Amino acid sequence: MLPAAAIAWKYVLAGTPEESPNYNKSDHWWSMLIDIPKCIGCGNCVRACAAENDVPEGHFRTWVERYHVDDWHMESPQVISPDGGKEGFPAASEDSGKYFFVPKLCNHCADSPCTQVCPVGATFISPDGVVLVDQTYCLGCAYCVQACPYGCRYIHPEKRVADKCTLCYHRITQGLTTACCENCPTGARQLVDLKDPNDPIHAFLKTHHVQVLKPQMATGAKVFYNELDGSVR
Amino acid sequence: MSLSKDAGHLFRFAFLFVIAFAVFLVVRHFVVPKTFGEYGHYRGAAIGEIAARPLHYAGHDTCETCHADVAEAKKAGKHAGVNCEACHGPLANHAADPSIQPAHLDTAVLCIRCHAASAAKPKDFPQVDAQQHSGGLACETCHKPHSPAIQTEGAK
Repeated sequence: MLPAAAIAWKYVLAGTPEESPNYNKSDHWWSMLIDIPKCIGCGNCVRACAAENDVPEGHFRTWVERYHVDDWHMESPQVISPDGGKEGFPAASEDSGKYFFVPKLCNHCADSPCTQVCPVGATFISPDGVVLVDQTYCLGCAYCVQACPYGCRYIHPEKRVADKCTLCYHRITQGLTTACCENCPTGARQLVDLKDPNDPIHAFLKTHHVQVLKPQMATGAKVFYNELDGSVR
Repeated sequence: MSLSKDAGHLFRFAFLFVIAFAVFLVVRHFVVPKTFGEYGHYRGAAIGEIAARPLHYAGHDTCETCHADVAEAKKAGKHAGVNCEACHGPLANHAADPSIQPAHLDTAVLCIRCHAASAAKPKDFPQVDAQQHSGGLACETCHKPHSPAIQTEGAK
């Protein structure tokens, strides 16, 4: 009885969890830049994401794909992603065509299909542009899992609710970068705040060939890929 | 007079409707969370709950407040852009309580993770075939991980 009361009192003293006091949601519009020529496929981002967010085994909030586009099949590349690229990739011998790595994650779409299909209002776009899931409200119906054209959502095997990349919302609201960006050794992933006029993204977008995935879906995807190959789906 | 007599069933229906609406409002008051609709068609408090999840990676700024010497050693080298926890792993618990010792690192695993030769990697990224390159000699025999260029005697 007493220990339980003591534990409860500890939570009372701690108060309701609050965001960082200096953080103003309307001052930010988060997204990410992925610089394909810099990615070496080490899998650091996948491991970091799993450690930071307790991602269940066999599911991924971010993963890395390796594309091999050979000279004769430009439209049908060979794509591999062993265990999401968590432990890196098998060595590629010198071969015809080209190889490159494509890290993927939730695109935090400005007009996201997943939030539109939720029947209970459990998934939403936060005022700072991050697509989040309210796991106490989610029914686990998986409409959103089907609606996401990028395959970025899954049903958590234990909680039985939708789970996905939060863009490390608990980190970025404290002034830190995401776990994947923090641990990318080559700077291939950069957290971007489109509302920050001093963010280097603005100059970068003007001077580089930047694409988003599946622009024809009109999702308003906000993960920008530098030098994305046309074969990437 | 006859009008109100004929309309009696309408008043009864209206009364029932008002009761039902009142019951609906009362139930709604208790069932819908307080912050639902604060920002949109969702529970506003969910944002704060997600933002309050625990950290596992402390971030290199936190590391450098104590380990300024390592930050200095890294600054000039090729690994300047590689953040601490990219190799050392998640250490928010060590940052909160320095008596928790980080695990010892194995360069045989860590270096190869990035630098193993593969035709799939960008051509300008330094890559080696470990066996050919060192014949099984540990990487840190020659390369100091914080500043990997091979340096002359006396350099850290």
